[in-house]
Amino acid sequence: MLRSRIIPCLLVHKKGLVKTVEFKDPRYVGDPINAVKIFNEKEVDELIVLDIDATVEGRGPDFTLIKNLAVECRMPFCYGGGVTTVEEARKIINLGAEKVALSAAAINNFDLIKKIGEAVGVQSIVVVLDVRKKGFLGGYELFTHNGKRSAGIKIKDFVKKLDEVGVGEIVINSIDRDGKLNGYDMDLISMIRELTEVPITVLGGAGSFDDIKKVISKYKIIGVSAGSLFVFKGKYRAVLISYPNKQEKKELYQLT
Amino acid sequence: MITIINYGSGNIRAIGNIYERLKIPYKIAEHPDEVKGAEKIILPGVGAFDETVYMLDKSGFRSVLDHEVLVNKVPVLGICVGMQILAKKSEEGELSGLGWINGEVKKIDKTLLLQSPKLPHLGWNSIERTKNSTLFNGIDDEDGFYFLHSYYFECEDDQDILSKTFYGKSFASAVNANNIFGVQFHPEKSHNNGVQLLQNFAKL
Repeated sequence: MLRSRIIPCLLVHKKGLVKTVEFKDPRYVGDPINAVKIFNEKEVDELIVLDIDATVEGRGPDFTLIKNLAVECRMPFCYGGGVTTVEEARKIINLGAEKVALSAAAINNFDLIKKIGEAVGVQSIVVVLDVRKKGFLGGYELFTHNGKRSAGIKIKDFVKKLDEVGVGEIVINSIDRDGKLNGYDMDLISMIRELTEVPITVLGGAGSFDDIKKVISKYKIIGVSAGSLFVFKGKYRAVLISYPNKQEKKELYQLT
Repeated sequence: MITIINYGSGNIRAIGNIYERLKIPYKIAEHPDEVKGAEKIILPGVGAFDETVYMLDKSGFRSVLDHEVLVNKVPVLGICVGMQILAKKSEEGELSGLGWINGEVKKIDKTLLLQSPKLPHLGWNSIERTKNSTLFNGIDDEDGFYFLHSYYFECEDDQDILSKTFYGKSFASAVNANNIFGVQFHPEKSHNNGVQLLQNFAKL
């Protein structure tokens, strides 16, 4: 049987790993390569690594970092941050990443998805949607540049287009829930799930294995990603890398 | 010595990394001459069928591979699209595959999948062995392997199926005929099971 994927998401800021709250206040949690070594031992399903500086600084991907990560990773890994050209995407895949994540560049130039798809296979493209809840009127708004810039397009239209192209995966990242440990935004997940048949991975809000279990129970096959949950321990958020072991995972997969 | 064929596919480095850790010698063949006299051959694969076949032909690997595999009976392992090009043809493209194992590559039938996600078949899935092979020694079938694909290998002869996996329906997740092996999943990204399988292949 195909299983849901439980995926640590690592954020890179100034060459170190950080964890944010609502996309702000990055707190240093360690060295990226060290973290990958620990996640190897824990046999994680997949890894997402996002460079949160690249787009904001207007630069391309850090290929040295990607190369070092790819050499170390014994699990599939997805890299995102600053990718704006076909050549960059090709290089990332050739360095050994399974998938390349696009956000701002794909939102601003939809053709880029198709062109990268032709070069590396459309199933290797992940599109990350940074989403914030709208204040009074309800609904959701799409952002880029670490949640600082409104994308100015409708989420539903964009997801429909991604579905038509058939990208490999859509990551839905809830800005409001980032670092809050208060559970995933189930309404948001349901909205996106109904819009597309491609695999989705949800990110933002996981505070316990129970939160993960809730998502898997409801959506059966889904990618469940988390940052804080896998790098912090306890009320004071001491840095400690953790991940469900084989037995715990079995319990998470148990459909209720 | 394992010879990994480089026709521009993405997962070469990951495969090499595992052999490095296992201290099993390997080389990456950039040119057809480097395949002559190979002991074991790996055909990696990430991407589309036609692009992979096109690169194989353009770089001149096809005829030397045909000779080593079909005449000299050198063991060969195709991974993902590297497995699919063992077939004669694919619904994904127009070009002719290697045709070493009888069958055709077809698109996974979405209508068999009752709920989203549908395509690609993405994630960790178990396998069920359908014949004995030392390639699967020490493998935990339930843990299975990492898959990422929208097309699958449909064998003409069931005897060529080494393992099956269920996604909408049961399909060949590994194939084998004589010295020729193919796996649809990614052993280079499948933790212990993957390392074990690559080690088993080296020992064949």
